Amino acid sequence: MSDLAAVIPILIVTLSALAAMVAEAFREPGERIPSGLGLIGLVGAILASVFLWDRQAVAFEVVKADNFALFINVVLAIIGILTILLSSEVVEREQIPAGEYYALLLFGLAGMMLMAAATDLLVIFIALEIFSLSVYVLTGIRRTSAAGAEASFKYFLLGAFSSAFFLYGIALTFAETGSTRLDQLGPLVAAQAMHPSLLALLGVGLLMVGFAFKVSAVPFHMWTPDAYQGAPTIVTGFMSTAVKAAAFAAFVRVFLSAFEPLSASWVPLLWWIAVLTMIVGTVVGVVQTNVKRMLAYSSIAHAGYILVGIIAAGLAGGDSESGKAAVLFYLLAYAVTNLGAFGVVALLATGDRPHDELADFTGLWYRRPGLAGLMAVFLLSLGGFPPTAGFIGKWYIFYAAVQHGQYALAIIGVLSSVVSVFFYLRIIVMMYMTEQPAEAPRESAVPRVAMAALSLAVIAIFYLGVLPTQVLELATQSVGSIF
Amino acid sequence: MAMDVYLFYLLGAVAIAASVLVVGQRNPMYSVLLLIVSFMALAGLYVLLNAPFLAVTQIIIYGGAIMVLFLFVVMLLNVPREDPARLFGGSGTRRFGVALAVALAIELTWALRRLGAIGLRGELPDVSSVRLIGRVLFTDYRFAFEATSVLILVALVGAIVMARKES
Repeated sequence: MSDLAAVIPILIVTLSALAAMVAEAFREPGERIPSGLGLIGLVGAILASVFLWDRQAVAFEVVKADNFALFINVVLAIIGILTILLSSEVVEREQIPAGEYYALLLFGLAGMMLMAAATDLLVIFIALEIFSLSVYVLTGIRRTSAAGAEASFKYFLLGAFSSAFFLYGIALTFAETGSTRLDQLGPLVAAQAMHPSLLALLGVGLLMVGFAFKVSAVPFHMWTPDAYQGAPTIVTGFMSTAVKAAAFAAFVRVFLSAFEPLSASWVPLLWWIAVLTMIVGTVVGVVQTNVKRMLAYSSIAHAGYILVGIIAAGLAGGDSESGKAAVLFYLLAYAVTNLGAFGVVALLATGDRPHDELADFTGLWYRRPGLAGLMAVFLLSLGGFPPTAGFIGKWYIFYAAVQHGQYALAIIGVLSSVVSVFFYLRIIVMMYMTEQPAEAPRESAVPRVAMAALSLAVIAIFYLGVLPTQVLELATQSVGSIF
Repeated sequence: MAMDVYLFYLLGAVAIAASVLVVGQRNPMYSVLLLIVSFMALAGLYVLLNAPFLAVTQIIIYGGAIMVLFLFVVMLLNVPREDPARLFGGSGTRRFGVALAVALAIELTWALRRLGAIGLRGELPDVSSVRLIGRVLFTDYRFAFEATSVLILVALVGAIVMARKES
């Protein structure tokens, strides 16, 4: 029984991408139709997701709009809306082709939503490729920038390589079970939980490599700093949040439903990946002098914290919901925070130079009190200070880890976030406590729409930080649905 | 029976040898031509596996279309002769990469040999003929098939963005 309703959110976003693409051809200079169409599409996707809540619609047997997928849909749509609101000025200033930019952004979001909803490894792979291709091109969309082209090329080559691993993992899983559908291969995998065959283990391992690359976990993180630094800052904000959300969604769905019975085999592996990711992300982040690079390493460390949540959930027991809900909550908290931080950096840039060196933030408070204040909130949330979203997110993750006896992971996580506070606070010190340099760089005005988007992000951070129960309730409800 | 086995080893050896030579060439043109040899040998292996459709696709798409594009790019860019990649020695990164590649190869060989003794557990559907492939594609995989159209559209838009001139 096929229920087309399940694909409606994805379909709406895809259609708005097509509309944005076509509208670009008829656009008069100065009009902002593509971004408007994108906003309409994303709001539509949120509404559709709300209507589909608790319906458990399944389309074509491979796309399942369960609450888990819908939660991720809403997170992705929020990321998309904030990105579009922040983009309008940046796109004009940096002479990015608007129609293509918004079309690729929306196609990417549609692919990510599909990735979260797909219950077939093959469809997950196609969704992965849809958004990966969009993001590769968005990385290099500024044709005049050599750094952008280099970043795009590196990301593309390594991404293609990791896709090969992912595909090989699917092939081996198919060879072992004769199916690519999670609901069909799940029981076959569960049947050999005690003595997993080599082929199944190889398949799981290769799939894990593919996912680890997309979420930039160590040792598959090499592309991250270069890609994040070379991409236009607003695109960096988008890909550091949306790509992670989509990849983690599929990671959770594949590893905590179909491959959950093999968790005794993959948890130890993931344990080391998580530890390395947290340590390398923070330690290397400390020595960076470029803010975009520093935020790139910080996003690696955050991927490590989310992996801790997945490990806690993988260790199962009856109460494995807490780990999964913590992962979902963290994804949302991290998305609004990180997007805000990159948004501020993007807005500070002028046409001729990116405002991304640490020294550029000297005395920002005296020049741009508004942006400096917002940036401080985002950085404190990334560092995990109460009462922000970052604190509650980390709290739930480490609490879930401790609940399942993973004291070592929790301690390493807390220590690494303490170290990471150093580099977040360093920017704040630069902004507030350093005198302004004699010759202040020329500045561009901050557009009102972008300011509104940043304010929304700050409101979301405090809402999640002070009153997290409601959202956590939703997250808990939605993770219950993937089984 | 025996004929199959001999052909398998022959084609397999050609495919592996050609692939190794692709990496070791100084002239990129030779690399491209050797890659075609490797693809043809793979197509032969597909025939042995009872997958004639896959073999023909391999020859038409990989051996034909894609390699023609490769050749054009190599000729248009007039790629200078490169130093051949030395498999052993060279920089630390490369040595590390080679070591990892060898480790992966040994791992896979070992695992797949073990597997030969156990046999595949999954019942693989018979999809060798064009008709069966078509049927599977438009029934079981109809959504994946449709989703691919979005993927191709994204690739088209991306290619145009990356290739067009600055206005």
